[in-house]
Amino acid sequence: MSATTPSTTERLLNPWVRRVFGAAALASLVALVVVGLFVAPPDAVQGDAQRIMYVHVPAAWIAYVAFGVTSITSLLYLWPRTRSLVWDRIAGASAELGVVFTGLTLVLGSIWGRPVWGVWWAWDARLVTTAVLFFLYVGYLALRRVPAATDVRAKRSAIAALIAFVDVPIVHFSVTWWRTLHQQGTVFNEKLDAEIHGTMALALWLGVLAFTVLYVYLLDLRYRLEALDEDRETRELDAAIADRVRGAVGVTS
Amino acid sequence: MSIWREAGIVAGKDLRIERRARVVSQQILPFGVIVLLLFAFALDPDRGVLRRVAPGLFWVTVLLSALLAISRSFGIESENAARDGLRLSGLDPSSVFLGKALALAVELAVFEVLLTAGIVVLFDVHLGAVVPLALAAVAATVGLAAAGTLYGVLAAGIRARETLVPVLMLPVVAPVLLGATRAWEASIDGATSDAWPWVGLLGVFAVLFVGIGMLAFGPLLEES
Amino acid sequence: MSPVVRLRSVVCLLGRFPALAGVDLDVEAGEVVLLSGGNGAGKTTLLRVVAGLVPVHQGAAEVLGTDLTRDRRGHRSRLALVGQEAAAYDDLTVLENVRFAARTTGRSDADADTVVGELGLTPLADVRHGRLSTGQRRRLGLAVGLVRRPELLLLDEPHAGLDVPGRAFLDGVLASASDSGTAVLIASHELDLVRPVADREVVLTNGRTPPGDDPTGDPTGEPGSEPGVVR
Repeated sequence: MSATTPSTTERLLNPWVRRVFGAAALASLVALVVVGLFVAPPDAVQGDAQRIMYVHVPAAWIAYVAFGVTSITSLLYLWPRTRSLVWDRIAGASAELGVVFTGLTLVLGSIWGRPVWGVWWAWDARLVTTAVLFFLYVGYLALRRVPAATDVRAKRSAIAALIAFVDVPIVHFSVTWWRTLHQQGTVFNEKLDAEIHGTMALALWLGVLAFTVLYVYLLDLRYRLEALDEDRETRELDAAIADRVRGAVGVTS
Repeated sequence: MSIWREAGIVAGKDLRIERRARVVSQQILPFGVIVLLLFAFALDPDRGVLRRVAPGLFWVTVLLSALLAISRSFGIESENAARDGLRLSGLDPSSVFLGKALALAVELAVFEVLLTAGIVVLFDVHLGAVVPLALAAVAATVGLAAAGTLYGVLAAGIRARETLVPVLMLPVVAPVLLGATRAWEASIDGATSDAWPWVGLLGVFAVLFVGIGMLAFGPLLEES
Repeated sequence: MSPVVRLRSVVCLLGRFPALAGVDLDVEAGEVVLLSGGNGAGKTTLLRVVAGLVPVHQGAAEVLGTDLTRDRRGHRSRLALVGQEAAAYDDLTVLENVRFAARTTGRSDADADTVVGELGLTPLADVRHGRLSTGQRRRLGLAVGLVRRPELLLLDEPHAGLDVPGRAFLDGVLASASDSGTAVLIASHELDLVRPVADREVVLTNGRTPPGDDPTGDPTGEPGSEPGVVR
């Protein structure tokens, strides 16, 4: 029996958990809008423009999480003892989400940059690295779209994902050496003291929570879609094998 | 057979084909020089500007030309049943990787030497500190050849190979472009101490991708 | 003695298409087995599965002592696959191509020169593959395969496009197979040419060998299927 028998795992979350996550995502996003736009005070320096950080930073965070998940699941797929198409499906789904959230990060950052920095784009380290990251995984998605047998595509994509993963620190270092402008991370910096306080910090953490829940919900959704697709392909394949066999028997009997 | 001897057989084959068909010298090199000309048309031919940006233009040109060389390197394996021949040969796939990467590196090196003459002549560049310049170029070339051979085999069996390899490879080799350009700028300005960290980065990239290539080439060749 | 090739209920896929949908096959050392069947029956795919180039999706496959479902690379240097196209580079000469094939399998340049001579290619030694005629290319394909001195020779339509000197050589190879212990599996439409030299015939229809057939090819008189040929 070949090692490519499709997994029977059709979903990541059971239906009740999925509904809870969906509801939680919706609720926390609503809460985020309320707190972020109305409850939190405007920034002393940047004014209301700073509010976009409540979605921009969480988007960036989820993008990194998503690509991290793609990298880990790609490794799990390639490792013979843990090989399973489940990992490949998660890798692909997570990369799609990663690309969407990275794109969102770039756009939101650009919208923020216009009033605050005066420009739509600046060539600082973090922006450039994010842009390269975006294209690294756009390439990965293009590779996944090449028609191929499921296990061939999975192996090829997994290798490409790991190369991208290994490349990210090199890109980061080279770009950072080259440029440094971007404001230091306000919540996630070395001092671990939040430089933003009170309701502003609340809004930020709310954003992180909302986006994380949303990510899990969407990942499950995309995973199920992929599983359904592969299930259909397997059934078509079994039918094709049966047809071919029947064809032969039809000739001789 | 030792891995280096096997690699030598493969590299020898690729280089012999190149010597016979002259694709790099008669097609890719002219392409490179034409790109330099296009840059001159696009930018202010006021010599000051071109000379200042010459390292960047040079390495962008090398990168784009490398894409053509990679396409050619795997194009020859698509002829007849050549790829089957490689797979059936019993050669260690890591050796095949090293051999093809080595041949690609040699071709790129020759290309770069001639293109350097091009920027010296066309953009009035004075080369300055040649040692860090050369070392940066060697490290960058090895890295490009390794990454290129890796993505070349990944896309070897795919029909959209010519458009897929650039999309996959260019973001990955962005650090090579950054490093080589900065190292060359520093060398040309005579600030050699600024060049060495970049040479180091290029070296790390090269070693990393030679390693990845040796591991991943076999599985990727099988799926092509 | 265990067979050189032993396939049981092999299913394999080309993309999503089940090119082979249940193949049983045995080939012994020194045997010449003819694989016949219409276009699209899966003959080429079967040869490629035996060579380890196409993975086995279902079933058992053992070639030259290697279990193909576990390792389809280890046995490759001991066989040769000669298909419709030669494993050759257009820009290299006949001699360079055969020498490359020799070197990659640990044979010497002298071996290459000998095989080139045996196939009557010496006058063409310095001609590039891209400039050869079809018949000459088929001969080169044979040379590239045979310089490896394989224990198992897989031939895909070897007579198609092969010129007269090539045919004479091929007949010689097939005739001496049992003496040299080389197992030969030939996929061919040229039944009149191959049946006289084949020990057995296996018919492939729609990716399957006839069900209920003894995989060693003794005729069972199944209605509608070609009878196996036994010498």
